[in-house]
Amino acid sequence: MSAFALRDIAKAHGAQAVLKGVTIEAAEGEFIALVGPSGCGKSTLLRIAAGLDRPDAGTVSMSGRDVTAVPAAGRDVAMVFQSYALYPHLTAGQNIAVPLAMRELSGAQRMPLLGPLVPGGRARRADIARRVAATAASLRIDGLLDRKPGQMSGGQRQRVALARAMVRQPGAFLMDEPLSNLDANLRVHARGEIVELHRRAGVPTLYVTHDQAEALSMADRVAVMIGGTLLQIGTPQAIYDDPAHVEVARFVGNPRINLLPGRLAADGAAVLAPAAPQEAGPGSVTLGIRPEALGLRACGPEVAAAAVSRLEFLGSEVLVFVRLAGSGEEAVAKMSPAAAAGLRPGCPVALAPAPGAALAFAADGARLPAPAPARIAAGAGR
Amino acid sequence: MSAPALSAGRALRLAALSAAALVTVAPYLWMVSVASKPRDEIFSSSLRLLPHRWALLDNLREAFHRVPIGTLLINGAVVCGAILVIQVAVAIPCAYAMAKLRFGAARLMMGLVLLGLLVPIHATALPLYVAFRRLDLVNTYTGLVAPFSVSVFGIFLFLQFFRALPDDLLDAARLDGMSEAGIVARVVVPNSWPAVTAFAIFSVVAHWNDLFWPLIVVTDNRVATPPLGLFAFRAAESGSDYGALMAATLVITLPLVLAFLFAQRRFVEGITMTGLK
Repeated sequence: MSAFALRDIAKAHGAQAVLKGVTIEAAEGEFIALVGPSGCGKSTLLRIAAGLDRPDAGTVSMSGRDVTAVPAAGRDVAMVFQSYALYPHLTAGQNIAVPLAMRELSGAQRMPLLGPLVPGGRARRADIARRVAATAASLRIDGLLDRKPGQMSGGQRQRVALARAMVRQPGAFLMDEPLSNLDANLRVHARGEIVELHRRAGVPTLYVTHDQAEALSMADRVAVMIGGTLLQIGTPQAIYDDPAHVEVARFVGNPRINLLPGRLAADGAAVLAPAAPQEAGPGSVTLGIRPEALGLRACGPEVAAAAVSRLEFLGSEVLVFVRLAGSGEEAVAKMSPAAAAGLRPGCPVALAPAPGAALAFAADGARLPAPAPARIAAGAGR
Repeated sequence: MSAPALSAGRALRLAALSAAALVTVAPYLWMVSVASKPRDEIFSSSLRLLPHRWALLDNLREAFHRVPIGTLLINGAVVCGAILVIQVAVAIPCAYAMAKLRFGAARLMMGLVLLGLLVPIHATALPLYVAFRRLDLVNTYTGLVAPFSVSVFGIFLFLQFFRALPDDLLDAARLDGMSEAGIVARVVVPNSWPAVTAFAIFSVVAHWNDLFWPLIVVTDNRVATPPLGLFAFRAAESGSDYGALMAATLVITLPLVLAFLFAQRRFVEGITMTGLK
């Protein structure tokens, strides 16, 4: 039984379909990253999972219970917002205590001054204070509990928001780009921390991000959404190595995958066509080759399929941008500094994809069966 | 803030502002002056700001003797307080719903609010009076308070303020288990003190100084508000004892002046926020 499941979720804003039947099921304790470009509907899907929006069609269930019609307050989920959404008038400690106070104190016990006098109120409040302190300690923000959100840095606010979500053991965590307001250094550090917290809490998590690196590095499974459709869901490795759709291949990986015109030869081999593509015949495909699989041969005189346009030195590796002679398209190869040593801008090179590295996609974007190793079309060069 | 050198332009601006301020404050100063003068000096032909003989205490004594100033002040406080509490209690949920909840009649309600802003009390005074007579509400606190219980101005002001509250904050509150009423009480109101303060200032000033409606609905001195009490006093005494009248006026304006001096900064913030000045 899945811990929580979104089935065939559809949602339209006016005439525009935002979600076109999306299904995601999370197993107990699973971390799923929902990734896609902005406007792909991932935040809408998260809001539907939270109960903040109603789907036009489809069902939301948690631990086998259908909660599609249950509003947010009645669902057992906790959410971390991109803006953190801390209550500005409350201190960090009070912020973290709110979800507990709302769920575990009666109306009378919540009253500002009389609350502690109501039977049971004092004991419950002490219990809440203890759990707030424990959660704060686990996130190392115990020194900040008396500060208001306005007096904290972005990283501290993010931790308080995490603590507010974690303090009660919810049925699911929903996170809406919780790291995108942090600076780059802090973001990489916080990634590891969230994964660690998730591992300790063991609560299924749906994590929305537009950053494919974040998704690949944190999640058990990555769901790639583009244009309101879930194109693929799978392990980070499967998403990267075996994309089901050309848009998935394009979105995942940095630098971006090279998508070059090609065709399938009669023997089933994929052939890179460095010249401008002929009319899109039945054999024409798009070939995707990851930058690290696109070798370059500093060429002799025979084939000058491309010319180096610029190099980017990144320390452990070098990005070599080349312009294809025929179509004028740009491709990028990632290689070690040693391999790139002889390359200079303007230098003619030949493309030498690693055997079996090319992924073939049909004109509609669907993935085609693995082609035979790519080769450069003979005689199609200059 | 370091004081910049007094350049010609700055001096000119200061002079112009001072002149305008003097013109504005002159009637109030004149009132204080008259309140301090004995009767013969008030009607003397020479124009003097400071009296020869100080008679402020005599005038005050006379005023307290002839006008039930204590009753007037209490009435003013009760009426203004009731109006403010009811207006805020009605306007905040209303503005919250219009600013943050999606419902079918939202546009219609917005139109009605704008329409309400355009209709002055003077247009509705007569039908209200007729209705209140039928309901036997003339000469009651209810009659003084009821017409102002819904403040479209308040709704409009809070609406503008609430629109700026982040939606995420409200969504977070929903996920934390709050009802919509709980959100208003626990999240919206605590974060809206600047708007509430600004509105309170406008409301109290307007209704403390209001003469029009009390004049219509109240004839009994026991429920008269301060301006009405003064008005009755002036009419009854055929306006000869200006010293006492001005002394009474001084006492009655004093609460607002003191409140202003205490809350000057908030006052200015409030006016700036509403963009009225």
